[in-house]
Amino acid sequence: MQVTMTVNGQTVSRDVEPRTLLVHFLRDHVGLTGTNVGCDTSSCGACTVHVNGESVKSCTMLAVQADGQEITTIEGLASPEGELHPMQKAFQENHGLQCGFCTPGMVMAATSFLKENPHPTEAEVRLGLEGNLCRCTGYHNIVKSVLAAAESMGE
Amino acid sequence: MTTTETTSGSKVLGQRVLRREDPKLLTGEAKFSDDLDIPGALHMAVLRSTVAHARITSIDTSAAKSRPGVVAVYTYDDLKDDWAGPMPCAWPVTADMKNPAHFPLANGKVNYVGDGVAVVLAHSKTAAVDALEAIEVGYEELDPVLDLEESLADSNVIHSEIGTNLSYTWELIPNKEAVDDAFAKAAYTVSERYIQQRLVPSAMEPRAVVVVPAPFGGDYTVYSATQVPHILKVMLALTVGVSETKLRVVAPSVGGGFGSKLNVYAEEVLALALARKLRRPVRWTEERSENAVATIHGRGQIQNIELAADADGKVTAVRVNLVADMGAYLQLVTPGIPLLGAFLYHGVYDIPNYSFTCRSVFTNKTPTDAYRGAGRPEATYAIERAMDALARKVGVSAVEIRKRNFIPTEKFPYNSAAGLVFDSGDYLTNFNKALDMMGMDELLAEKKLRIDAGSRKLLGIGISFFVEMCGLAPSRVLASLNYGAGGWEAATVRILPTSKIQVVTGTAPHGQGHETAWSMIVAEKLGVPLADIEVLHSDTAIAPYGMDTYGSRSLAVGGSAIHIATERVLDKAKAIAAHQLEVAEEDLDYAEGVFTVKGSPDRAFPLAAAALEAFTAHNLPDGMEPNLEASVSWDPPNFTFPYGSHIAVVEVDTETGKVDLVRYQAVDDCGNRVNPLIIEGQVHGGIAQGVAQALFEEASYDSAGNLISATLADYLVPSAAELPSFELGETVTPSPTNPLGVKGIGEAGTIASTPAVMNAIVDALSHLGIENIEMPASPERVWRAISAATRK
Repeated sequence: MQVTMTVNGQTVSRDVEPRTLLVHFLRDHVGLTGTNVGCDTSSCGACTVHVNGESVKSCTMLAVQADGQEITTIEGLASPEGELHPMQKAFQENHGLQCGFCTPGMVMAATSFLKENPHPTEAEVRLGLEGNLCRCTGYHNIVKSVLAAAESMGE
Repeated sequence: MTTTETTSGSKVLGQRVLRREDPKLLTGEAKFSDDLDIPGALHMAVLRSTVAHARITSIDTSAAKSRPGVVAVYTYDDLKDDWAGPMPCAWPVTADMKNPAHFPLANGKVNYVGDGVAVVLAHSKTAAVDALEAIEVGYEELDPVLDLEESLADSNVIHSEIGTNLSYTWELIPNKEAVDDAFAKAAYTVSERYIQQRLVPSAMEPRAVVVVPAPFGGDYTVYSATQVPHILKVMLALTVGVSETKLRVVAPSVGGGFGSKLNVYAEEVLALALARKLRRPVRWTEERSENAVATIHGRGQIQNIELAADADGKVTAVRVNLVADMGAYLQLVTPGIPLLGAFLYHGVYDIPNYSFTCRSVFTNKTPTDAYRGAGRPEATYAIERAMDALARKVGVSAVEIRKRNFIPTEKFPYNSAAGLVFDSGDYLTNFNKALDMMGMDELLAEKKLRIDAGSRKLLGIGISFFVEMCGLAPSRVLASLNYGAGGWEAATVRILPTSKIQVVTGTAPHGQGHETAWSMIVAEKLGVPLADIEVLHSDTAIAPYGMDTYGSRSLAVGGSAIHIATERVLDKAKAIAAHQLEVAEEDLDYAEGVFTVKGSPDRAFPLAAAALEAFTAHNLPDGMEPNLEASVSWDPPNFTFPYGSHIAVVEVDTETGKVDLVRYQAVDDCGNRVNPLIIEGQVHGGIAQGVAQALFEEASYDSAGNLISATLADYLVPSAAELPSFELGETVTPSPTNPLGVKGIGEAGTIASTPAVMNAIVDALSHLGIENIEMPASPERVWRAISAATRK
């Protein structure tokens, strides 16, 4: 089937099997491997991207369902000039990542979360990121990163 | 704030330098193994046993072979000449250890759910996975052996060729009579039985391997999501029968390991053997539910621990009997895991008499092997839980029993009854700091208040004081334990003609920030900007020697090797500078990248100029070789012994059994601190993993031997919502065993936190008569314990 969508501002069109998941479309057909696959039960959130600005686990959606939609992946978050998004900066400044495998999904989920709740409490951040698993950081510095990003983006 | 970016070299160590690894990981630029675009690669999929224990009566691959996109389907019989030997186990812990032959695919019999039965190669991943369903396997099922003590009884032997389920018995009993005597004379004894449940390591990146054959010459590049590219190269060469000179192993970005990627796996052997057989690139990426059965598990022990104490509660002897679960086969270091804890069952206490026995048995389950802490969390759990049990018996607090038994500071270096020499420590100072930070009096008052008020939510305070042996390891000690390799680490430091610096390390980071930390070590010594230093690693073509990353070893051993190599480079540069300035070497000072003559600071020679001189070699001192580089292989003289006080506060809902971790404080002593930002991150993550063992995680099997927690929907890796922020403190007691004075921090949090949380839960409920709850302390288990206790 032919699917066409906007990925990080570019129109992409590919012929895919109907069963192709959005995450496999992005990784295997568009070559954007920043979005990771960490599980097979939609539990880990490593594949989180934005669909029309809202965070979606891209393993829960078929590529054909994304037809005509606007997708942003981790590769599209920094400015075209290469300046990191405030969330990416906050993750580096607060050591919010170690191995970095969950990081793209975590950053995408966190930016979407702050859109819904720009001034969250620590408890709200923890609940808001419940769908994204990290095995390295114990979440301490992820939570700190998101709170720091909220502060810097609110300025 | 944590945003200091230090670029001046004079005082780099100890700064919160931001990680240079991060930008590419934050933008999706980093490449993990599955991200590699390899044209023409065949996709491999493995058919796994769906039964725990069975003879294979038939395998029909014909339908699978005819499916679209399928290139080949193989079973054991098809491939038995495609490898040179069985899967490797590098740690034969005793001369008579039983090690059943284990191949990448099952030879006539399957021994656990997940055991490989057949392999498919196809043009796409979906074609390969679809073809698995078309393979017909006939099984004649056998009763599975699932329980450790049942396994020990040998009424049902898994591997008939070895005639027993017992792999080995390993003892460390320096003086049995003295131990028996201590128990005979004891005023108090405790005898506890703890279960270390099996855990699924669950690194967020599943395993993956890609093997690319060169078109001519028989060379292979193996990309693998591994912690041990160097060990993997040696073992693949031996197991598959490829000359080591023809193998290059690369670990690209690796998404966490926690010991689970410290191994040589069937899929790595298969991918190399099949790439050779078909002369095509072969790739495989594990699925998560496949990871749960096909990647090693951790823990899995029954621990019996007894303490003898005098009338003051001073412990006089510890006696430990373990039964350890090996799983179906011995993987790379499976049998050695209990031994890594065997020396530490006296914990931080000055206990003169020691007895340790471990019997390790096979079961029809996934093989066990190293999981964060590997043996040391188990030991710490047993002694720290038992010390609390002893405190209750003696009638003193958990704080007091520890203070009475600590190894006194003046006894360091301390010769332990188990035969180790603890490098350095000041336990009481660390403990007092932790108690002060925690505000123990208020907590105890609050706890009592809630009990007195009949509150539904009770408070529990749990203490765990841990010590670990890490910085693995002095090679001669490894020899005495029959380990099949050394514990040294390699480093090369070279200053290039343009004065940029390459650091080559044999460590293999997968989240630990070595590129940042190793740069800091070199920048400190040379006084050059961090930006001028590049750290190269995890590619055996670039870093031919190394012992890789595990066992909290990388900084203490690998960092030390870099430190020493940097000193040697600087020594050579100094000789060049002295020659150029026509002075004696001892008349030179060095700071910030420049040699100056003592007393005449205007007579200077920059390090950069020495690098260029070394390159042109136009005017070097007589006999000096060109180029400015030094290579070091450093073998540590001893382990390091980090320690610390961890305190957990839990709230137990007596009506639902739910346990909430409300506070967690860790005061660690990991010796000198290179980068506090990275240290804290390691502690946070370690705590979360140890807490997860206490409260959430368990590899649960049903009575047929099926893993019923095989997905991340069933296996409860905690999310941010289940954990609090952690409170950290530190003391600094440098290690005298390495030039950096460091000890290691990668496993500390995991080692200490499990007993802290379990002690807290028991503390909350001990007034009801509850003395133990099995892990994980799920709401059901806690509720049942409360319910049984209050019905009495």
